[in-house]
Amino acid sequence: MVERTPILNFFTHLILFAGFVFCVAPFVIVAIAASHNLKDVNDVPMSLLPGSDFWVNIKTAWTTADLGPKLFNSFVMAFGVAAGKVIVSALTAFSIVYFRYPGRMLIFWLIFVTLMLPLEVRIVPTYAVVANVLDPYQTIMDLTGLSWLIEKISGVQVQLSLGLLNSYSGLILPLVATATGTFLYRQFFLTVPDELTEAARMDGAGALRFFVDILLPLSRNNMAALGTIMFLWAWNQYLWPLLITTDQSHAMAVTELKQLIPNVGGAPEWHIAMAGTLIVMLPPLIVVVLMQRWFVRGLIATEK
Amino acid sequence: MEKRVTFGRWTIGILFAVPQLILIFTFFYWPAGQAVYWSLTLQQPWGGGNIWVGLDNFRSILANADYWNSITASMIFAGISTGLAMVIALVLAALTDRQLAGSWLYRVVLIWPYGIAAPALALAFRFILAPEAGFMAVVNKVWPGFWDPGLDGADAMASIIIAFSWKYVGYNFIFFLAAFQAIPRSLIEAAAMDGSGVIRRFWDIQFPLITPTIFFLLVINITESFQDSFGIVDIMTAGGPANATNLMVYKIYSDGFKGLDYSGAAAQSIILMLLIIALTIVQFRFIERRVHYR
Repeated sequence: MVERTPILNFFTHLILFAGFVFCVAPFVIVAIAASHNLKDVNDVPMSLLPGSDFWVNIKTAWTTADLGPKLFNSFVMAFGVAAGKVIVSALTAFSIVYFRYPGRMLIFWLIFVTLMLPLEVRIVPTYAVVANVLDPYQTIMDLTGLSWLIEKISGVQVQLSLGLLNSYSGLILPLVATATGTFLYRQFFLTVPDELTEAARMDGAGALRFFVDILLPLSRNNMAALGTIMFLWAWNQYLWPLLITTDQSHAMAVTELKQLIPNVGGAPEWHIAMAGTLIVMLPPLIVVVLMQRWFVRGLIATEK
Repeated sequence: MEKRVTFGRWTIGILFAVPQLILIFTFFYWPAGQAVYWSLTLQQPWGGGNIWVGLDNFRSILANADYWNSITASMIFAGISTGLAMVIALVLAALTDRQLAGSWLYRVVLIWPYGIAAPALALAFRFILAPEAGFMAVVNKVWPGFWDPGLDGADAMASIIIAFSWKYVGYNFIFFLAAFQAIPRSLIEAAAMDGSGVIRRFWDIQFPLITPTIFFLLVINITESFQDSFGIVDIMTAGGPANATNLMVYKIYSDGFKGLDYSGAAAQSIILMLLIIALTIVQFRFIERRVHYR
């Protein structure tokens, strides 16, 4: 800084180091516990020297919780949510910023409101919708008398039904249906100079051409930031996958952790539990480390 | 701020927004409407649709001691964990901002906790804070019965607060550090020339300039403590012992999906929604003000 403050500097280092230990200790303890055997992990106090059973425990946790397919499911869902968000919000922001049509502000506000209510809060009815995703449309047709009309004319009784429980789309779509990314893109599009649009239009580019060839390449940084944030957010989802994946073939890695909690009265297999925790923690941690710049930028931009 | 140059054909414009509109209608507005409908009606036990009961669901919830217990638990949880996570992050960010040797390390590492899934860190902390193994067991050896989250409600509350705070220190740190770095260096240097010390500069210059960030994080932390706590509670305490950690989100889940009381869960969802909307409105009004005075 500006002046020499040796004493203060000493304390700064001391406190920061304490903060560092506070942040890293849980990771270290998890890793060490994952390397012990059943007896050593339950020693009081647990030895902080790594044991020799690390790979054995990782293998055991992997097979006990069947983590292979579950990690795959987690990846599919996290990529799906990230890609869905990046695409859908780019389209919407383009529509809001580059067009003038009646009801534009209404659409803006309709989307804006979705920021306020997280999925956790409206979990019960959202579950009901995913159980039959066409139910809203069926109800609307019933109420407007459309179903009755169709039945009168063609004799066909309309029964729309499409269940999305235990499917990737059921996992992904409700998580994509919020406005987070739309505003990030909107802010960015507003900074794109008008001259660029004018030049493109003079050269005869239509809306779609301008969007695909000029806007999207320009918003690469935005996509990286938004994609990173959304990938992590989706990977770490818990309540939603817990509810809608009742069969094992669509379960996520994070929800599977519950299987690893040592039962009361059972053997306290903390070493296996910690090995599983480590496996599930790693992918998002690697993403944070590799994409740190985008992660921080995306976080700060989306929360504004 | 508006664009001068736009594309004509507005039908095409609306088409671009259609995917998003279909999604938010199906998965947001419809469910939210359903929640309101369920909260005002009661499902017949033997089928036959719902009967209109008006505000009865809300009355019965608000007359329920368990619900008030859940609100109290949520408030205690929100208050203490937000306070802890913010104060620790603020101190660490202020010190990292002094840019001594090695500060890059803190800048990298202190962000890590936020990347971890709440249930994963919950399981880690469940082990770290387990009464019979791990580290609290040492304390329990000296004072038997000192620490037992499985039996003692206060200990259980403390353990979910520790887990949640740990994650959000990382989150708050990111924002505080960005706020500190946005303060022009020349300002700090000018104050130093005028002879003010490090502490004085912090309180008179840096702290007032980051108050918007403090306020913003306060709202975000409280809202997150209402939602992101679910995984932590489910893995660490499952709402127990004796409902000591039965936070609002957890209660909605257990009433709705385990007790199958859709109307009760819907009414609770509406109350929680109103709480979060109120917090958000407060935040936006504040941000409006901030934009004017900058």
